Amino acid sequence: MRQLLVLGAGTAGTMVVNKLRSQLDADEWSIIVVDPDPAHHYQPGYLFIPFGTYQPGQVTKPKAKFIPKGVDLVTAEVDRVEPSENRVFLSDGSAIGYDFLVIATGTTPRPEETPGMLGEEWQRSVFDFYTLDGSTALADKLRSWEGGRLVVHISEMPIKCPVAPLEFAFLADSHFKEREMRDRVEITYVTPLDAAFTKPIAAAHLGGMLEERKITVETDFYIESVDNEKKEIVSFDERAIPFDLLVTVPVNMGADFIGRSGLGNDLNYVPVDHETMLSRDWDNIFAVGDAADLPTSKAGSVAHFAIEIFTENFLQHVDGQEMTHAFDGHANCFVESGGGKGMLIDFNYETQPLPGRYPIPGLGPFKLLEETELNHLGKLMFKWVYWNALLPGRDLPLPALMSMAGKEEVEA
Amino acid sequence: MTLATIAGQEVHVDDEGFMTEYDEWSEDLASTLAGNIGIELTDDHWQAIRFLRDDYKVEGVTPTLRRVTNTGGIPTKQLFVLFPKKPAKKMAYIAGLPKPAGCV
Ligand SMILES: Cc1cc2nc3c(=O)[nH]c(=O)nc-3n(C[C@H](O)[C@H](O)[C@H](O)COP(=O)(O)OP(=O)(O)OC[C@H]3O[C@@H](n4cnc5c(N)ncnc54)[C@H](O)[C@@H]3O)c2cc1C
Repeated sequence: MRQLLVLGAGTAGTMVVNKLRSQLDADEWSIIVVDPDPAHHYQPGYLFIPFGTYQPGQVTKPKAKFIPKGVDLVTAEVDRVEPSENRVFLSDGSAIGYDFLVIATGTTPRPEETPGMLGEEWQRSVFDFYTLDGSTALADKLRSWEGGRLVVHISEMPIKCPVAPLEFAFLADSHFKEREMRDRVEITYVTPLDAAFTKPIAAAHLGGMLEERKITVETDFYIESVDNEKKEIVSFDERAIPFDLLVTVPVNMGADFIGRSGLGNDLNYVPVDHETMLSRDWDNIFAVGDAADLPTSKAGSVAHFAIEIFTENFLQHVDGQEMTHAFDGHANCFVESGGGKGMLIDFNYETQPLPGRYPIPGLGPFKLLEETELNHLGKLMFKWVYWNALLPGRDLPLPALMSMAGKEEVEA
Repeated sequence: MTLATIAGQEVHVDDEGFMTEYDEWSEDLASTLAGNIGIELTDDHWQAIRFLRDDYKVEGVTPTLRRVTNTGGIPTKQLFVLFPKKPAKKMAYIAGLPKPAGCV
């Protein structure tokens, strides 16, 4: 018997075990997946909780529901990996051996990385929405908030779903308009990047959308600390931005056991080959989803495209063959823009988001880099697709690699 | 990728002027590159630049600010003093390394 051990049963880990269980002979392979949290979280739903669009109870389901027969789900936390011994220790001290290891433990917000962030004002006037707890607390806060200076802030790149803070700013604008209090709210968007987004053409579009909504942008802001007394965020170059309500995305980091096991970079992401997701150091370890150091967005859609490629390669690799499939960093994100509209961006390692139609050239139905109601419906539909098609590892009618068909070339 | 002449020497650069060939860089070039962005190199600057060069050689990627601080031992605050406003970009530019990816 050969043993495949998967660490983390979130978006990526669940897709991996579903894809591989049907491809690996049950007489030859046993599959174990380890995760301490019995609930599976639909994290894109966190964005909508602060505005009352979703209730906290609507974004989680039992993990076990999504783990196929023939896969052993172990509810425990990984403490460390001993790659030279091919084994993993759990926090209760017990060990599990493996022939192949897939690390899929994602990334989480770390407010403790920024001095003062977890101070007195935490969850009073300083909030995050990257956890269920945070977005739920923020929903309570917003219900009774009477207005003032709202600062939407990113601590450090990379973060998962890098468009989420922009979406939050758009939705906040729309939310306060609906409550007829937009004139009592000043919104500032603060980012360590030099523009609203990373890639120039999308950054120009998104920057324009912020301007239209009278959202001020502060760029190149690298946070040093949160001053709880003055209620300011302070940058390393000594700029201070005052807030009445701070909605921040804390530093995101991969799981600590990755650092402890000597398998990670400075943010505990596992260095992998960008085309195959095979560890750069170990020939029997892969990292998929947010846990890997791929230079593309950390997003569920990316994990989905990457895992289609990974599955094919894995089957070749364990057979001693050369891996012949190459991931291109394909990302595809719906961006909520408020007022019942949304935008869609599609890009990869090489090609930045361009305008056009997706997935069918000329027809769409989704329009790239343009705000439409259909794109918004696409985003809401994504929840159904996530639970019913993505996690179970069904094939979606979308090609894994990015296509230039349907895209328009533009001058930056 | 285009060719540019810096300090009388032909080098490969990207469309933002970041050098793309590790071995085309020299300490003389660094002083000229620094001058282009209004920085005069002191020992403190050199400590950062040398860390970037050495780290890139091993890791194959331009180190992030976090890494220059954690592994290179130079406080972030000081990096902002030495390379005002955009230290990650400015250090990479002077050290002749690809523009930091970081942001995707
Ligand atoms: C607010 C928000 C909005 C988002 N919106 C979108 C969107 O619109 N579209 C999109 O595509 N993506 C979106 N994302 C990103 C998406 O949710 C993630 O990219 C995706 O879930 C990554 O999958 P993963 O499996 O790598 O990590 P996760 O799904 O986070 O799974 C990691 C798993 O590892 C487990 N784990 C952690 N530590 C350990 C340990 N020590 N031992 C064992 N198990 C461990 C965790 O319990 C978890 O189950 C959003 C994220 C957020 C926060």
